[in-house]
Amino acid sequence: MTELEIPVEKWSGAVRLVTLGATGDGGTRTSTVTVGGETTLPFLHFEGQIPNAPVVAAEVVDMHPADWSPALLEALGDDTRDPAAWARKMVGLGADLISLKLRSTHPDQGDRSAADAVATVKSVLAAVGVPLIVYGPGVVDKDNEVLVAVADATKGERLALATCEDKNYRTIVAAALGNGHLIVAQTPIDVNLAKQLNILISDMGLSLDRMLMDPTTGAVGYGVEYTYSVMERLRLAALMGDGMTQQPMICSVGEESWRQKESRVADGVPESWGEYATRAVVWEVTTATALLHAGADILVVRHPRSIAQVQRSIAALMKGV
Amino acid sequence: MALTGLQIYKLLPQTNCKECGFPTCLAFAMKLAQKGTELANCPYVSDEAKASLDAASAPPIRLVAIGAGERAFEVGNEVVLFRHEKTFYHQPGLVVRVKADDPKIVELTARMVSSYAVERVGMSLRLDGIAIEDSGGGAAAFAAAVAVARSAAPGLPLVLMSTDPAAVGAALDEAGADRPLVHAATAANWQAMAELAKKHSCPLAVRAESGDLTALADLAAQVQDAGVDDIVLDPGTSDPAGMLAAFTQLRRLALKKNYRPLGFPIIAFVGAGSAEEQAAMAAEAITKYAGVIVLDGFEPALIYALMTLRQNVYTDPQKPIQMEPKLYEVGAPTASSPLLITTNFSLTYFTVSGEIEASGVPVWLLVADADGMSVLTAWAAGKFDAEKIAKTVTASGLGGKLKHHKLVLPGYVAGLSGEVEEELAGWEILVGPREAVEIPNYLKSVWKAD
Repeated sequence: MTELEIPVEKWSGAVRLVTLGATGDGGTRTSTVTVGGETTLPFLHFEGQIPNAPVVAAEVVDMHPADWSPALLEALGDDTRDPAAWARKMVGLGADLISLKLRSTHPDQGDRSAADAVATVKSVLAAVGVPLIVYGPGVVDKDNEVLVAVADATKGERLALATCEDKNYRTIVAAALGNGHLIVAQTPIDVNLAKQLNILISDMGLSLDRMLMDPTTGAVGYGVEYTYSVMERLRLAALMGDGMTQQPMICSVGEESWRQKESRVADGVPESWGEYATRAVVWEVTTATALLHAGADILVVRHPRSIAQVQRSIAALMKGV
Repeated sequence: MALTGLQIYKLLPQTNCKECGFPTCLAFAMKLAQKGTELANCPYVSDEAKASLDAASAPPIRLVAIGAGERAFEVGNEVVLFRHEKTFYHQPGLVVRVKADDPKIVELTARMVSSYAVERVGMSLRLDGIAIEDSGGGAAAFAAAVAVARSAAPGLPLVLMSTDPAAVGAALDEAGADRPLVHAATAANWQAMAELAKKHSCPLAVRAESGDLTALADLAAQVQDAGVDDIVLDPGTSDPAGMLAAFTQLRRLALKKNYRPLGFPIIAFVGAGSAEEQAAMAAEAITKYAGVIVLDGFEPALIYALMTLRQNVYTDPQKPIQMEPKLYEVGAPTASSPLLITTNFSLTYFTVSGEIEASGVPVWLLVADADGMSVLTAWAAGKFDAEKIAKTVTASGLGGKLKHHKLVLPGYVAGLSGEVEEELAGWEILVGPREAVEIPNYLKSVWKAD
């Protein structure tokens, strides 16, 4: 028989290149991370270019997260009491970048000041050379206050400030604009809302190579299929040339996965759920893998074994033809 | 792939005899293309035209049944590359592999695989079969292992893994009536394998090496010519990148090119890695087009996660699983029991009711009609606002039943409590936890009837 003709799509668009971190002009990183640039669906090397592999960010919190799953706390050890040590540990474990959550600035979690947050961010910047994604506490007013102070104090570092939402993006975008940072635009699992927010933010003058989009993550068993399909639709639109869907995508895999009962509760659950420590890690890895195949460019994960496995998967998937 | 009306018209007699009930052959063809009538209504259609129309109406990916009886499963007959375009129809069978050399382990594994079940959103999820792998001990040993598995797990579908026709023949003499999947016919053994599959009317997997789809198509065509209709494809890829490329190309060839020799479901092997390595391979196989997935051992922690992902990916995106919006009694609630409200997304309901059950505290659980969305999504979409909550409470008639007038809102909509209080005169609105997992603690240590 003659050689088969493999159907290949001719895409006209590409995912936008976005670089996190800077090594000069105010940036003190020892390395940067560039994501995006794909001209085909995830890992289809026979069809297009995938110039940059997806990357793994390790989640670090600025206070000991006593409410985290025991399996996680055990794996992370004492370093969770110091964000700088924690970040260093995760980079040592192979994380490409650090996602730092300023949780202690939340009014219900200690209500620490913007100045404290700046000090924390600086300590982490000093401890590691990789780029940072910085999350505010997730409360509108405090997010603005904290992220603006952090942005001002770290001018030129190309941090990714998270998150900008439709009701709360102006202040954070302005802070990014003024200080050479990036932003993460988050919308609730909807293609049109994601496009709309990208438009609103770029209308403020932030260039599109400074924007990541977070389509909102659901874990396996808790809405992963919604995230999966919205990401596939966004990526297909991007490849078909829709400029407002071409931002690289970031997914909070760790936060969503470890929130679920399957990952938190060891006892008093059905025997068919299997051994707890394995189940919890597998839950995070399974969620991450599914979203990797839907087009994730940055996966934020928590467990050392998950970081290792997702890195292995990405390396294997990047081995092209 | 479906033919257009004009393509069908060319195959018809074009005499406009009207005996089919339509004024012209073209009108009949158009209706046929819309599946609004049947070809049998044309008395003069030639056998040749009938054959090509039948072939054209066959699904681009053949539906293949594996196993016999109640636990048999069907894979294939998919119509889209992306689930949002329609839906994925036939979820991949999850099968556990065991080596044939130790009958004790075969027996134990077969029992565990057969009895494994896990509840999720009101459904019982189960494994689909066991794959017995020939360990080279000869035909009699392989057949004996298959016999052990059959008697330990009657009715559980089997995959017979061997490239030795003598071993497969002996195993089929044992289990042929159960329609096991035979894996695999290769370039070296396909004649003998095809003959065995045909004799026992079993599905047959064809295996190429390293993702060589041209060789795979040749092989599939050969066994089909030899009389085997139910074929499963194994492109022989064992790494994530190769598997993704091969499976994507197979799906595209079938759906976009209607390429018949490769219009069959695919089998994936996740390999012998750690639980998380297997999880990553299997998650890829679930999202990217596998019809049968062979796991390397019985590991419930892994199986539970994969079954859950499979259920998620194969849920029809147009029809999220919904609960009937009404008042549910969890335990045996009395006039002093707490009243909680949530939305009618099935996952939300089962998560909340599961936690309430686990707490041992009887509860009135009021489920509002929120178009099957979760609490946060429904709130964002305006389907779970103060007015909806107030209306649901009023319609439930609970005001007259309860001693207390307290309603517990999900923590995620804490911001609505003031508005709900305004809408519901005489009710006290409490804010419960954000996550269901915290409900037992809330019910036991926070909630008070008076």
